[in-house]
Amino acid sequence: MTNTDDDAGWFAGGPTPEAAAATDGEAVRSRIADGEADAPRDWPALAVESGFADSRDDYYDRLHEASVAATREAVRERERADDKQLIHAVRAMDDCERTANELAERAAEWAGSLFDDAEPGVDGARAVAGRDPNGELERRAVSLAERVADLADERDALSETIDRIAPAVAPNLTEMAGSELAARLIALAGGLESLAKKPSGTVQVLGAEDALFAHLSGRAPSPKHGIIYTHEYVRNTRPADRGSAARGLAGKLTLAARVDHYAGERRESLHDDLRDRMATIRARAEDESDSATEGGE
Amino acid sequence: MTDPDLPAGVERREFDGETRLATRGPPVYGEPTADGWRAWDPERSKLGGMLELGFDTGLTGGETVLYLGAASGTTVSHVADFAGPTYAVEFAPRPARDLVDAAEPRDRLFPLLKDARTPSRYAHVVESDVDVVVQDVATRGQAEVAVRNAQFLADDGRLLLAIKARSEDVTAAPESVFESALDRLRGAYEILETRRLDRFHEDHLGVVATPNATAQR
Repeated sequence: MTNTDDDAGWFAGGPTPEAAAATDGEAVRSRIADGEADAPRDWPALAVESGFADSRDDYYDRLHEASVAATREAVRERERADDKQLIHAVRAMDDCERTANELAERAAEWAGSLFDDAEPGVDGARAVAGRDPNGELERRAVSLAERVADLADERDALSETIDRIAPAVAPNLTEMAGSELAARLIALAGGLESLAKKPSGTVQVLGAEDALFAHLSGRAPSPKHGIIYTHEYVRNTRPADRGSAARGLAGKLTLAARVDHYAGERRESLHDDLRDRMATIRARAEDESDSATEGGE
Repeated sequence: MTDPDLPAGVERREFDGETRLATRGPPVYGEPTADGWRAWDPERSKLGGMLELGFDTGLTGGETVLYLGAASGTTVSHVADFAGPTYAVEFAPRPARDLVDAAEPRDRLFPLLKDARTPSRYAHVVESDVDVVVQDVATRGQAEVAVRNAQFLADDGRLLLAIKARSEDVTAAPESVFESALDRLRGAYEILETRRLDRFHEDHLGVVATPNATAQR
């Protein structure tokens, strides 16, 4: 876990004095990339004190070399991430979440028969996992709860990975939709290229296939939105305008996916256009409430 | 040529008959250069805009800086030219690639591929009590980012912040976006100066602030 000890600094942190003293490129790079600390400290002074560097100047020279190498490496790795990796990550995240919840039910049911204060859900399983078991049955029930907690942790770790690689795979789509929704859209379409080739009306209802086919066979009205419902612009627009909001958002998401696939650069105007469009749609609600008040006078 | 309002290492110099802000260092983005000096374009840099507009930034040259939202290194390369140790945080890999190129020839510029919203991920690298935090991130919750990063600033340090209204909420008027951002900032900072940067950057507010001694940080 994180800490604020002397050895939380990027230049220390090894479990043994040998590992802590290792200054070879690889180890230092990964400590810069993956290390953590609860709070900053006077690292230059601590590094000199611990013998890592001879002086502040020497410390900064080493930090420069290490941070340039670590960041170059991290950039390369993130840019290597492609849409297929993103799809694996988002599907694995969903599987972990679903399995964790399912297993949590079993774990809670079992724990309830052994302990008085067992709570349902993943949080309940975490509490059970922290118990000191007595006898074989309790050992098994606690162990099962530990699997639930591990799966839930894996789900969170996958979510962080998605946050990190989605901007590299599809910068505009991610800025517009957030990393999770961007990953889901790419997964539903089967890849960034196929998402880029879909008409915006299809993007609008991705994830609402059941409702769409019910509509096509004449049993239901056409769906207004699919997975993009999770976007704030759709969900937080009043129901009467949600169809327009979903259509407007889907149009810009489609353009964003095309820019990401064919050009790969960030394009500011795209995001400005969407904001303007949403401002217009939301202004309708205000206009109507204004005129309603006027009419009442 | 030195200007009392500008930090040491930043000067107004002639480029093709035009007087412009400039720092001394290797060129980064194809900017005009003359005698080892590189023009600092206030239209491409919020901090450049703040200096051009005469904000009291408190910058004197040689300070330790944490720069949040370094993008491809346009502004932070100028900062590293006149400041001391400079930590540059950028989250997106594509611009960070250019940032690394700008950092390579500057031995006190440290590029970090990190998310400014989670300071614990770089608190093991960035030192405490930096003199200046410069922030130019175009995500929602810009004030929150500044508050979370207040822990890096020395008690008498300065926050130099550019708030982009459109990143927060386009459906609201910029004034009300700025007002609520400033309210959030007051949880950790005392606001010293605010002014619109519209001459160079539309719908942006420049803010100079210092850590609030009484606030819970």
